[in-house]
Amino acid sequence: MKSWTPPQSVNLADLGFMDARSKLIDLAAFLDRVQRAGQEGDFRVQALKRAIGLLSQEAPGRAREVLLSFSDPSSEPVAKAAMQGAIGACPP
Amino acid sequence: MNYIEPHGHMVSRTTDDYERMALAGCQAICEPAFWAGFDRASAQGFYDYFRQITEYEPKRAARYGIAHYCWLCINPKEAEDVQLAEEVIGLIPEFLNRPGVLGIGEIGLNKNSRNELRIFERHLQVAQDHDQLVLVHTPHLEDKLKGTRLIVDALKNFSGLRPERVIIDHVEEHTIDHVLDQGFWAGITLYPESKCTPHRAIDMLEQRRAERIWMNSACDWGISDPLAVPRTMQEMRRRGWSPEMVRHVVWDNPAAFMAQSGKFALA
Ligand SMILES: [Zn+2]
Repeated sequence: MKSWTPPQSVNLADLGFMDARSKLIDLAAFLDRVQRAGQEGDFRVQALKRAIGLLSQEAPGRAREVLLSFSDPSSEPVAKAAMQGAIGACPP
Repeated sequence: MNYIEPHGHMVSRTTDDYERMALAGCQAICEPAFWAGFDRASAQGFYDYFRQITEYEPKRAARYGIAHYCWLCINPKEAEDVQLAEEVIGLIPEFLNRPGVLGIGEIGLNKNSRNELRIFERHLQVAQDHDQLVLVHTPHLEDKLKGTRLIVDALKNFSGLRPERVIIDHVEEHTIDHVLDQGFWAGITLYPESKCTPHRAIDMLEQRRAERIWMNSACDWGISDPLAVPRTMQEMRRRGWSPEMVRHVVWDNPAAFMAQSGKFALA
């Protein structure tokens, strides 16, 4: 509906702050955990750290930028599907 | 409030799920053909699967007052075996005239391979030849962006498939604009970890003014939630959405898209 204006009266911090806070602490603890285990060199952890850097951008669009940073940047189809699942970050 | 579940794999769910969905207000479920969690050994396995989703599931759903519709194809995860895929595609036309069949889906890409793309295009040809609606699955996680671009490019080569008759599902923040800006419909999937949460779905709906978008749970054999749509409706209300706008997303939009099949009708 082109003419529709999304609601603006709700306090979104009231609704979402505790959930976001909890997820951030979980993320911090995850980084601590892999570091203590000497596993921070894993390409997925490295990809996560690069993505965290994108959160400090000023413009809205952080979710999009984070998703882009985890994405395969190539454009040609691969010769054969080597596996059926996906990993979440691009292997080096 | 009543709602439509436009993407659920009910063959993998229990009858309890049908009951819970009915209690939550679900009036119709649409079941795209998909991967069963393992690769089927022969086309005969798909023949029985097509019978299951065109004959048996509608009866199971009807016991709870839910209308059941489906989509037919061989999904991209099993498309690497081109010979099998061709055999399965050959079975599809004899099922297309069955009453609950809405079109071809969920076709698309999984790992963005050449064979997947070839089989995707074969399905598009069937859809074009038989004037069918198309439901497209986009790849997961790191493969989604590239796959979505390849899919949109391939669709543009089929001039008989008008974009308003194609829905590209499982969009996220980095793919939704590309899909909608080309005139296609977009599906947002509420699925743990690998896809979208209720709040992100609502953000995207607000950004795009809820135009040409539906929302689904894609509940299947994995950890997933058949009640993801009504749970998100609850979050919409908490975020100040009016009942009319909630209904626009969970009823008017999916009904408008699927009505183009000429077979989808709800009171
Ligand atoms: Zn699906």
